[in-house]
Amino acid sequence: MAICERFGNDRTRLLDILLEVQAQFRFVGPSLMECIARQISTYRVEVEGMVSFYAFFSDTPRGQVVIRLCDDIIDRHAGTGEIARVFSRILGIGFGDTSPDGHFTLEYTPCIGMSDQAPAALLNERVVTCLTPERAEEIALGLMGGLNPGELELPEGDGNNLNPLIGSTVRNNIRLRGEVLLGEVPADAGLRKTLRRPPDQVMEDVERAGLLGLGGAGFPTGHKWRMAADTPAERRIVICNADEGEPGTFKDRVLLTERADLMIEGMTIAAYAIKADGGIIYLRGEYAYLRNYLEAVLQRRRDQGLLGAGADRLGGFDIRIQMGAGAYICGEESALISSCEGLRGEPKNRPPYPVESGYLGYPTIVGNVETFCCAARILDRGAAWFRSWGTKASPGTKLLSVSGDCERPGVYELPFGVSVRELLDLAGAPDAAAVQVGGASGQMINMSQFDRRICQEDLPTGGSVMVFSARRNILEIVEYFLDFFIEESCGYCTPCRVGNVFLKQRIGKIRQGLCQPEDLDYLRELGRTVAETSRCGLGHTSPNPVLSSIANFPLVYAALLKENRNGREASFNIQSALEESRHLAKRRSMIYDPTYDGD
Amino acid sequence: MKKRIATVSLAGCFGCHMSLLDIDERLLDLLELVEFDRSPLNDLKRFTGPCDIGLVEGGCCNEENVHTLHEFRANCDILVAVGQCAVMGGLPVMRNAIMHAEDPLRECLETAYLDSDYVLNPTNSIPNDPALPLLLDKVYTLADVVKVDYQIPGCPPSGETLWHTLDALIAGRQDRLPYELIKYD
Ligand SMILES: Cc1cc2nc3c(=O)[nH]c(=O)nc-3n(C[C@H](O)[C@H](O)[C@H](O)COP(=O)(O)O)c2cc1C
Ligand code: SF4
Ligand code: SF4
Ligand code: FES
Repeated sequence: MAICERFGNDRTRLLDILLEVQAQFRFVGPSLMECIARQISTYRVEVEGMVSFYAFFSDTPRGQVVIRLCDDIIDRHAGTGEIARVFSRILGIGFGDTSPDGHFTLEYTPCIGMSDQAPAALLNERVVTCLTPERAEEIALGLMGGLNPGELELPEGDGNNLNPLIGSTVRNNIRLRGEVLLGEVPADAGLRKTLRRPPDQVMEDVERAGLLGLGGAGFPTGHKWRMAADTPAERRIVICNADEGEPGTFKDRVLLTERADLMIEGMTIAAYAIKADGGIIYLRGEYAYLRNYLEAVLQRRRDQGLLGAGADRLGGFDIRIQMGAGAYICGEESALISSCEGLRGEPKNRPPYPVESGYLGYPTIVGNVETFCCAARILDRGAAWFRSWGTKASPGTKLLSVSGDCERPGVYELPFGVSVRELLDLAGAPDAAAVQVGGASGQMINMSQFDRRICQEDLPTGGSVMVFSARRNILEIVEYFLDFFIEESCGYCTPCRVGNVFLKQRIGKIRQGLCQPEDLDYLRELGRTVAETSRCGLGHTSPNPVLSSIANFPLVYAALLKENRNGREASFNIQSALEESRHLAKRRSMIYDPTYDGD
Repeated sequence: MKKRIATVSLAGCFGCHMSLLDIDERLLDLLELVEFDRSPLNDLKRFTGPCDIGLVEGGCCNEENVHTLHEFRANCDILVAVGQCAVMGGLPVMRNAIMHAEDPLRECLETAYLDSDYVLNPTNSIPNDPALPLLLDKVYTLADVVKVDYQIPGCPPSGETLWHTLDALIAGRQDRLPYELIKYD
């Protein structure tokens, strides 16, 4: 098979192989699995394991055009339901189905990074945003009429989205430019200064700047670089995490569009500092529309002698793009490494940490897009300059992705320490009643907490800030987030695989008015167990929406809970539990049918 | 005053009750401290009065189980789910795995009485005597049906575990089972 050969029949490139096979054949069926396995000298079950893990793969044929409609909570509030009905009606298929002629597949997907222009959908790789029923109808009719997604007439995007290599309808929605990232940025100024200094001093600058990882976990970046540099090895690897899967986060999308050079500059500086020769940008599958542009930027930089064989000061450091395939968990750094190695995106056991043994066993640093951009700026302007923004523990500025019930959703670059209230004022959200800070895995706060500050010391976030007005149902939001985690859990460990299902079931029962005050104790205890005993960050944080909403919206819960006086569970209904049996046995219950008197 | 205890086996195998006998000579100590009301140990079929502690083995697979459980909840101050079946459904709950079938209960009965290769059933009929309690649509744990105060894991919980439980409950102590008693590997 030519596709396998193109990747040197390399087992570790299985993800790329499958992406191409899926694109070409529109499925990876059993005989294709067999064939791939033979060619790359592995077992069929390894290939099958990959196909079943990633949402973008399928073992039955999918349509020529796969329509993935974002069904995340922000989009639901923006009217996904109606859009879904339009697509379904015109294409004549339900969600999860492929049309009999093989033209179309209709699916739901969690956040595709367009929450500021919801409802949004993917038509193969093409993004469509700000859907209205009318626009959805036009699109569906266009596709039915035989147009490719690329041929559809759509409104133009803005900024670099107009670049012919991107050519997308996406809007940046940059609402506020700060000085670190979205203001004027001179090309490669940080890299030039870097190359004049020894690697050790470069790391020192990043350490002194106090830069914390901006992907969510907030680990000190300089320390991470230092640990990788200090691990003896033949090779080291720099990975940029552009998986941006946290619902409601889309700031990396804007950086990838507008600051691609800065990000790659940052990666190059990191490579120089830790003496890495290999680089990977892990780009989420949903952002495939940016791939050609990013490839072109990489190529230009190779031509400029800033990457690859020509970059002798950098030991030939070069970068490849690894496309993801629709799995939120692949944003977790060790799962991301597994995925780059052609494995299922399952987190690895730690220790060893990636800085000791990461991609293919080499010391690896994984950093967020924004983190690398900041590192490049620090090397240009210095640690003190960077520290002039933000708080003591969280220096610098942060890109915040604001979505939901506000007038001006989009990206705001603000110093760390900004209060939620200031942000809401800027975004125009006078009737905000609840704000989810940090995405599905973050905290839900109430109005009395809007003076809290966005920073490590108080409310950390990878960037996601979702605003909900009083019209929204808090428990619907919480239940949605649990659905998200249930769907996205890799399933490796029981507390996460099973615990999140139990959390969701109990929230569902509460919403039906079938629970008692003690059920909150159950949720708190189970939430703590899931958080404490899960294997990776997904399970550590998945109970957050439940726990924070119980703490911050007690009245919402109290209104739905009823004291139980007779010790019987309100959710258990003996009549419906007996219905099927009565029917099969063709007789009535001696105990529970009306003739029976009292118990 | 002696504490009053009731016990029952619902959709269980009596293994948990057998395990209670494993406390050996401490049974004599127990009898100093408690008085058994309704229980298979004394073959008493009805409650004679309110009890302090109810021990229930097995989950609910039929209407009679539910009825009995409601009686236990109404008559016992403290209700304890004893063993895997009571806590999580145990072996019987495996029938819930076919809940996704078209007609799960029919499928379950047909497999059990007619279709399985290991069934010898000359009349080729599914038992349906009017005296048989009707099955529930699926197997429920005790906590699905009533409020449960304590859950004791194990299949069965060891005699030691049950002794520890009873000792604490009789003394009115809030207690947790020590690690050694709930570590199974
Ligand atoms: C479930 C899960 C998903 C994650 N998704 C992302 C992501 O999409 N982008 C990201 O940069 N970090 C993500 N992270 C955090 C990464 O594991 C890692 O901490 C981060 O990429 C390190 O980069 P930083 O130090 O620059 O933030 C995720 C973590 C978890 C547990
Ligand atoms: S916590 Fe969840 S996502 Fe993480 S390893 Fe366990 S099952 Fe997988
Ligand atoms: S828990 Fe085990 S011993 Fe107890 S009733 Fe169930 S199967 Fe029998
Ligand atoms: S694109 Fe729908 S919520 Fe993010």
